[in-house]
Amino acid sequence: MAQIRIRNVRKDFGAFNAVKSSTFTIEDGEFFMLLGPSGCGKTTTLRMMAGLELPTSGEIFIDGEEVGQKPASQRDIAFVFQMFALYPHMNVGRNIAYPLHSQGMPRAEVRRRVDEVARILGISDILDRPVGGLSGGDRQRVALGRAIVRDPKAFLMDEPLGALDAEFREHMSLELRALHDRMGATTVYVTHDQLEAMQMGDKIVVMNHGVVEQFGVPQDIYDWPATRFVAQFIGSPPMNFLGFHGMLGKGTTSVTLDGAQFEVPALQEGAHGDLIFGVRPEHVHLDDAAPYRGRVIATEYLGTTQIVTLDTPLGPVKTRVASHRAIRAGDTTGLRFDARTITLFSAETGRALQSHGNAGGLRHG
Amino acid sequence: MSFSVTDPTPRTKWFAGLAVALYALITLMPLLWIIATGFKSPADSIAYPPKMVFQPTLEGYVNLFTTRTRIKEADLANLPPADTWYDRIVREQGQIIAGPSRYGERFMNSVIIGFGSTALCMILGTAAAYAFSRFRVPLKDDLLFFILSTRMMPPIAVAIPIFLMFRNLGLNDTHIGMILLYTAVNLSLSVWLLKGFIDEIPVEYEEAALIDGYTRFQAFCKVVLPQAATGIASTAIFCLIFAWNEYAFAVLLTSGTAQTAPPFIPTIIGVGGKDWPAVAAGATIFLVPVMVFTILLRKHLLRGITFGAVRK
Repeated sequence: MAQIRIRNVRKDFGAFNAVKSSTFTIEDGEFFMLLGPSGCGKTTTLRMMAGLELPTSGEIFIDGEEVGQKPASQRDIAFVFQMFALYPHMNVGRNIAYPLHSQGMPRAEVRRRVDEVARILGISDILDRPVGGLSGGDRQRVALGRAIVRDPKAFLMDEPLGALDAEFREHMSLELRALHDRMGATTVYVTHDQLEAMQMGDKIVVMNHGVVEQFGVPQDIYDWPATRFVAQFIGSPPMNFLGFHGMLGKGTTSVTLDGAQFEVPALQEGAHGDLIFGVRPEHVHLDDAAPYRGRVIATEYLGTTQIVTLDTPLGPVKTRVASHRAIRAGDTTGLRFDARTITLFSAETGRALQSHGNAGGLRHG
Repeated sequence: MSFSVTDPTPRTKWFAGLAVALYALITLMPLLWIIATGFKSPADSIAYPPKMVFQPTLEGYVNLFTTRTRIKEADLANLPPADTWYDRIVREQGQIIAGPSRYGERFMNSVIIGFGSTALCMILGTAAAYAFSRFRVPLKDDLLFFILSTRMMPPIAVAIPIFLMFRNLGLNDTHIGMILLYTAVNLSLSVWLLKGFIDEIPVEYEEAALIDGYTRFQAFCKVVLPQAATGIASTAIFCLIFAWNEYAFAVLLTSGTAQTAPPFIPTIIGVGGKDWPAVAAGATIFLVPVMVFTILLRKHLLRGITFGAVRK
């Protein structure tokens, strides 16, 4: 098992720049998520770690060794593909054994390892079956078996649950996480599903347009987004943004929105011009006495909670409230925001302003 | 009675079966006629009205494989009795066997040149198609079009330059010359066909093999080739059929050592009168290898023709 370090890695495909100078570190034994919308460069980054693409510049260290320009076969890592890529002309057992054959391992030892892996994954009974007729879940298990049988330095997974149906995904994600905890192997996992990333990951890198937007533990990323993109991409519904114009000095603890004062975590940097006030829906409270007013334009019932959308002077705001509260479209009410959870962004750069709140969690790529 | 939109009724099936059988009969008729003629006596073969029922004889086959000399009846009577069945057949015509004919050699030439060029074509074609399919080749589209364009005129249009080239290079009437020529003609088709097949193989299979510790060449041999077997088989059949049946270049460029069967078979006609049964026998034997090859690969061929029509 190993630590993976990415330093100033960049990848160009002709004139197209897929990954811009990325730097982050994946610690030994971590379950690490590469998260972002499609085309953000996350899969390219993963493929560069695997050696399926060579970086245009920059360095990749696996277990302290620089492997950036080495072929995949010499990196001792395992890769799980979205479409599984099981060899269709081999049966389950031979698929799992295939990486061991390349090492010239003796037959008896191969047999023993394959049996052990099949037992761990619960697929001992299908070892002789062709891969063609297997269900999605079994294919996934065989693909995992082929990855773990070699005991590689790290597992790289490219949306491994993407091809499964929703119901089974849930189950497999638990199984995957349990398998990781049992083996303690460094795992890098690419996904575009923010829920999957938060649910399974020890750490998350959020990428967009080939740039690492933020890097940290799921809770920090959710609570203290480093950029407006992260705030919007993570969370459902996403963070509310209220645009305002202001001049804020270092140490500011409150801002004025449409005449109403709101407390914010003490700023550690000054800013002026077009700014954005960001607040998560669960930190918006409806309070008739509050001075900042909004009119309810829609409610969505979600079982235990409901999402209420209000039209306010600085833009629409969504809030998550208990579903038993009777709220009707057309009602007018006041809004209060949880002062400790506010993030302010510069509208121009989209970057979060440093404050007492996010000081610990902000890390840029 | 239940009604189905997709299942044909028994009567429709019966009509369809009849139509197919009739069509098969019409298309197979010339073939059956040739095969039958091979077993007729020369007299039966030119009888009018044509004989559908006849006494089968192997005379045509014996004549195909032998050269014979006509001798006087008196001398024939003085010979010791014929010790083989083919000797007897020849003596019944008042002849004795002077030696083997060239048909065996010519047939072997066809085998060597046909299968040799097919094999070479598959090796080069698969490699080129793989490169076009997987790598960033500069000017890829132009190159592919250029390769295809060599197929746009009938190959015989360049017969004279090829003849001169072959003469200067000493390739006239050589096996290697004919193998190179048929490979050159077939290569464009095979690159195009095989590229289509290889394009259909997900690149992830090779990537998985690369990660599993294999080199690209190993991944190509152990993962891509088995997957492309269908395409290779059907392309090989097309190439073989062309090389096997090719006549024009064979007439022009071969006359002795490397002559293939197609230009040889018509020359049988001239040997000792119009020996149609021997010609028919030569044609029948000539059909066998391609038929066997096609039957051996037919499963692949059928899958190959419909390949890519259904999403995997």
